[in-house]
Amino acid sequence: MQRTTIKQVMSKRQWLGALGAIALFTGGCMSMMKGVPSDLDYSTARATENGAFRLSYKTDPALIPISKLHQWTIHLETPEGKPIDGATITVDGDMPQHGHGLPTRPEVTQNLGNGDYRVEGMKFQMGGWWIVNFGITADGKRDQATFNLMLK
Amino acid sequence: MNKPLRRLLLLTVAAATPLLAACPAWQPDAWTPEEKEALKSLWIGNLASPPPNPSNRYAQNSEASALGHKLFFDRRLSRNGNVSCATCHQPEKNFTDGLPLAQGIGTTSRKTMTVVGTAYSQWQFWDGRKDSLWSQALGPLENPLEHGTNRMQVVRLAATAYGSEYEALFGPLPDLSDTSRFPEAAGPVEDPTAKANWAQMRAEDRDAVTRAFANLGKAIEAYERKLVPGASRFDQYVQALQRDDREAMRGALSEDEVQGLRLFVGKAQCITCHSGPLFTNNEFHNTGVPARSELSADTGRAQGALQVLADEFNAKSPFSDTQQSADQAHLRFLKTGDHQNLRAFKPPSLRNVARSAPYMHAGQFDTLQQVIAHYEQAPKAPQGHSELTPLHLSSKERDQLERFLRALDGPLSTPAELLAAPQG
Ligand SMILES: [Cu+2]
Repeated sequence: MQRTTIKQVMSKRQWLGALGAIALFTGGCMSMMKGVPSDLDYSTARATENGAFRLSYKTDPALIPISKLHQWTIHLETPEGKPIDGATITVDGDMPQHGHGLPTRPEVTQNLGNGDYRVEGMKFQMGGWWIVNFGITADGKRDQATFNLMLK
Repeated sequence: MNKPLRRLLLLTVAAATPLLAACPAWQPDAWTPEEKEALKSLWIGNLASPPPNPSNRYAQNSEASALGHKLFFDRRLSRNGNVSCATCHQPEKNFTDGLPLAQGIGTTSRKTMTVVGTAYSQWQFWDGRKDSLWSQALGPLENPLEHGTNRMQVVRLAATAYGSEYEALFGPLPDLSDTSRFPEAAGPVEDPTAKANWAQMRAEDRDAVTRAFANLGKAIEAYERKLVPGASRFDQYVQALQRDDREAMRGALSEDEVQGLRLFVGKAQCITCHSGPLFTNNEFHNTGVPARSELSADTGRAQGALQVLADEFNAKSPFSDTQQSADQAHLRFLKTGDHQNLRAFKPPSLRNVARSAPYMHAGQFDTLQQVIAHYEQAPKAPQGHSELTPLHLSSKERDQLERFLRALDGPLSTPAELLAAPQG
């Protein structure tokens, strides 16, 4: 069977049409992610905003399920890495693109010791870009940390 | 074509090629690994058995299911002897009724939701005002616009029509022969006689009747848990895709349907709420659905969240078969009083959606075409804040999306004898 090359069968008009189509298709694909800043930091450990503490988290299960209650364990320490117990911690989550938050009000339910805290009532109802904010009061200081998550 | 221009064009095409490989919409059956994951997440092969419901210890009991099957189709469970669960949940209409607003004794202010696949949901009804199928089943029985009966009459019917089956499962029924203690009609309902009768009963007698009433709901749940969707052409397509069987893929979905699927998981963003093998996240969203002018304002989940916490049959109630805090976490951490709940409703499963018209919580749209046009335009919400943004779909794309939705049709994965009134 004889094969004709693209060059042989395409006119100038078709070329331009094809380019337009490429722009459309790639544009369509990009729009899935529209509004999500490209430079988001998705790390799970960070200094709090004013540098008062360091905070990290682990989720159970490790791959965050959608529309399912699950638990997190957070770890709080000084900037030098010394665990902090007895802190008061609030939790909240938001989807910045959609103008809504979590369907739940999660709580820190237990200080597990060694700077670890259990967070119950976490539930994300949809995939996409989420932010989870922790407000921390400890050692006479207040600070907060916000984590970015991209859920599938 | 002159040479420099041709060179420029070739360069542009070459530069765009990696992008095309990452997003190969030009080839109907080519999917990126990410898209393949999304398709697989919707595949019915990933639908396990319904999760256990610790608040109902009879949920998996086959005798309870057989009793529930009879109760589901029994019209005597109504004020006028003419309304059963199956009046609104008709098997041949995907367990809905084809009406914009459910019609029992009277007309309600919401459309009938299907029962198929609802055993997977933590929340029942459009507003999630119930947290189990058994507690859901009890609501319509005492609603004056639906079955319009009361719990005493329901338990009386169970005693006469299903006494031995009931007692074999749940133990002795209260002796209802003394009508001074157990009036003919009684319950916390609108009907003034039944309401007054209920109020003057002894607390322990009310409790015994309510317990039996709850048990009947648990039997109905055991039946309803068996109503689960089966494979559609979409599922055949995903299965074929996993084997990379192009021929089987083309046999399962047409090119337009595949393009519709691509829009569903991509540009149209349907998958953000219609996720998982049931095509719903079973949570609550305000999508700016218009209000019906003849109905009073419907605040949806805002009210439903408060109602489920106060519900006499929720997982924390004395009629629940669990008092474990882990089994009640959905109530403990539930967010109430939040703006985002205002006029938010549960996205229904899209399986068999073509057989579930009309659409939305009060049947606002007659056709899938109208539904898609609504999402395309993303109008302002009558109350609260719509999560939608305009989609900019062409009329061809809207048509492809609709074709894909119609490919979600499939027979239930339920034995045929359970899809009709029980014999004998
Ligand atoms: Cu969202």
